[in-house]
Amino acid sequence: MINLARRDIAHHLKSYLLTGLGLGLLIGVTLTMAGVYRGMVDDAKVLLRAVDADVWVVQQNTLGPFAEPSSVPDDLYRALLGLEGVAQAGNVAYLTMQVSHRGKSQRVMVAGYEAGKPGGPAFLVAGRPIARAHYEAVADARTGFRVGDVVRIRRNDYTVVGLTRRMVSSGGDPMLFIPLKDAQEAQFLKDNDAIVEDRKRLAANPAVNRPGQPGVLDAVQAIQTSSHKVNAVLLRLQPGMDAHAVADTIARWQRFTAYTSNDMEEILVAKLIATAAKQIGLFLMILAVVSAAIVAFIIYTMTLGKIKEIAVLKLIGTKNRTIAAMIMQEALGLGVIGFFVGKFAATLWAPAFPKYVLLETGDAARAFVLTLVVCALASVLAIRAALRIDPAEAIGG
Amino acid sequence: MKLGDALKISKRSLLLTAGAVGFIAAFVWLLATRGPLAPVGVETATVTRADLRPDVYGIGTVEAQHAYTVGPIQAGRVLQVLVDQGDLVQAGQLLAEIDPVDLRQRTEAASSAAARARQAALAAQAQVAEADSRARMAQANSERYQVLYRQNFVAKEMADSRRHEASAATAALTAARANAVGAQREIGRADAELQGIGQLRNSLKLQSPIDGVVTAREAEPGTTVVAGQAVLRLVDPARLWVRARVDQARAQGVVVGQAADIVLRSAPGTALPGKVVRVDLQSDALTEERIINVAFDPAPAQLYLGELAEVAIQLPGARDVLTMPRAALAQHNGRIGVWQIEQGLTRFQPVQPGVQTVEHVQIVSGLQAGDSVIVYSAKQLDDGVRVREQRLTPR
Repeated sequence: MINLARRDIAHHLKSYLLTGLGLGLLIGVTLTMAGVYRGMVDDAKVLLRAVDADVWVVQQNTLGPFAEPSSVPDDLYRALLGLEGVAQAGNVAYLTMQVSHRGKSQRVMVAGYEAGKPGGPAFLVAGRPIARAHYEAVADARTGFRVGDVVRIRRNDYTVVGLTRRMVSSGGDPMLFIPLKDAQEAQFLKDNDAIVEDRKRLAANPAVNRPGQPGVLDAVQAIQTSSHKVNAVLLRLQPGMDAHAVADTIARWQRFTAYTSNDMEEILVAKLIATAAKQIGLFLMILAVVSAAIVAFIIYTMTLGKIKEIAVLKLIGTKNRTIAAMIMQEALGLGVIGFFVGKFAATLWAPAFPKYVLLETGDAARAFVLTLVVCALASVLAIRAALRIDPAEAIGG
Repeated sequence: MKLGDALKISKRSLLLTAGAVGFIAAFVWLLATRGPLAPVGVETATVTRADLRPDVYGIGTVEAQHAYTVGPIQAGRVLQVLVDQGDLVQAGQLLAEIDPVDLRQRTEAASSAAARARQAALAAQAQVAEADSRARMAQANSERYQVLYRQNFVAKEMADSRRHEASAATAALTAARANAVGAQREIGRADAELQGIGQLRNSLKLQSPIDGVVTAREAEPGTTVVAGQAVLRLVDPARLWVRARVDQARAQGVVVGQAADIVLRSAPGTALPGKVVRVDLQSDALTEERIINVAFDPAPAQLYLGELAEVAIQLPGARDVLTMPRAALAQHNGRIGVWQIEQGLTRFQPVQPGVQTVEHVQIVSGLQAGDSVIVYSAKQLDDGVRVREQRLTPR
């Protein structure tokens, strides 16, 4: 028995391949959209994975440093280190800001951490880790900075000494790691004009600048310009310790809110990017449905375009099964070509996106199955139409 | 079928096959290099023997070793200020004066009181002379009557009366003498008071305690200042240093005498030579920093107090030790170590790090010279991850 599908495809090879290519690009767009969605969720989790902390201690009754502002004293970690089961504690400060470099402003999330404690970059792709206590930075490669570049944060110049990769905030801004003390200063330091104005305002205030007590004004000014706050304290526990139990102890006795890393992930994914993720998710669903519909229509119209040939086949006594197999095979073939072209295209253009696009193998497998199911369903419609064709049409034309 | 047709078809199917093979090859290549199947790109380095010269980094401000605050010892109004910021002054030079207000009148009063005390002393002296004369007279009378009484010329009552007069006159003499001594003492008191007021007047003249330079003029004539408030601030320009704050975690090994590089904020490109001259016993407990004072060696011509300075103190180095790039140091499951490649897969090797410089770290144990370690990786590494050596960033 001859394979009708192969013959038919060989006959219309160019148009068949072009149809497959078009379908492929559509599937590629859908896959990319799924990647955008996955990438968004992954962005939210990547920092948590990188810092690898078991417990996040934040200001009481707040949702942590990302979803809500949080500030805790920077000597809190001493009390936390004394708790049973705590192996390491690290202060961190996070602030999203614009940094300027070569006259170009760049939005980054600045993360302050203490060397050797939780909160720093997990790996480097170039340069070295921060070795000095001040004015050095490790940047995410997506910032476009290079090792040796000098960037300005507030009033100080920082030298980029190392580069890392895939270190972004939940919003997708690349991160810039600097020493904690610098980050504390950057977070709470006002601009010079504001400081000078504040000094004048204080000096004019008779309550703090009394004629008989010349030292009071200086003391008040010193208090105003110093900061001993951080945004969160990260804890790593000794192996085998229950993070929930430690978090409960901290919440109950230290009067701070503590989250396990699972809680934190929940906050970031379910609260912080919930609306945006839903938006993309809904769009993805619509795109998937539309793509499926277009695939179905294309296969259906492709079959309808062959009415004359099918009629001739019927006229010469071809079995219905053979005709159905031809249509089914052509449809599945289109689906396979389309899927691979789509996957190819998506993989090719995904790195060019400004935000991370995560193409998951599971998504690809699901898309492949879905494509074949849609193609099969569409071909069933087309087969029904084909089998109803009157052989007389071949002659009637 | 004609030969031409067959050729045409075979040529076409050849083209088709070639296209399909090309596409599949490109697809596999893409998945293997960019997709999920790609091995993680890494860069490696070799553990080598080298000398390490670690340094400790801190920031601080240019400060004077000793700062002098010149002000009055009691409240007063500034009468005149003779010097201004930047003026060089010598020890003992008059810098400013506080208004004495009524001090001149008080001096006059005190000096009148002293004069009066002297007069009073003279009067007391005269009284002593008078009492002395009376006493001698009374004594003579008494003796005379005693003789007459023994010869029974006078009654006993008369003799006793004379004796009483004599002892009363002697007592009066003692009292007059005591009075005279008291009057002398009163002279001393009045003189001391006069001197005290003179001292007070001197203290209102603010003088420089050192050869130095004026850094601040904080009060102008007419300002009322309280006791201890600064009118002028002075420093000794030859004794300026950088009061640097160094993280306690890194301050290990800093001792007096070590050489240091000082970089002033105003001249970021040039390192000035310096020397550790004091490590404060008292550290900052809140910021967890040790205070290390680094003197300029030699002092530059012009310095500005309060200027931010970065200090790098050179610690004694380690000679001919195993070293590797610092970036290779990793943490895994709470242990410090490095990632190594074993048959294309990662393996964590715990190591004990030693001296660290900015770029390199000493390996105390865990690795041999010539071992290869992963320095950079395109992803966070874990045990048993497939890796491939490649350039991660363009050079």
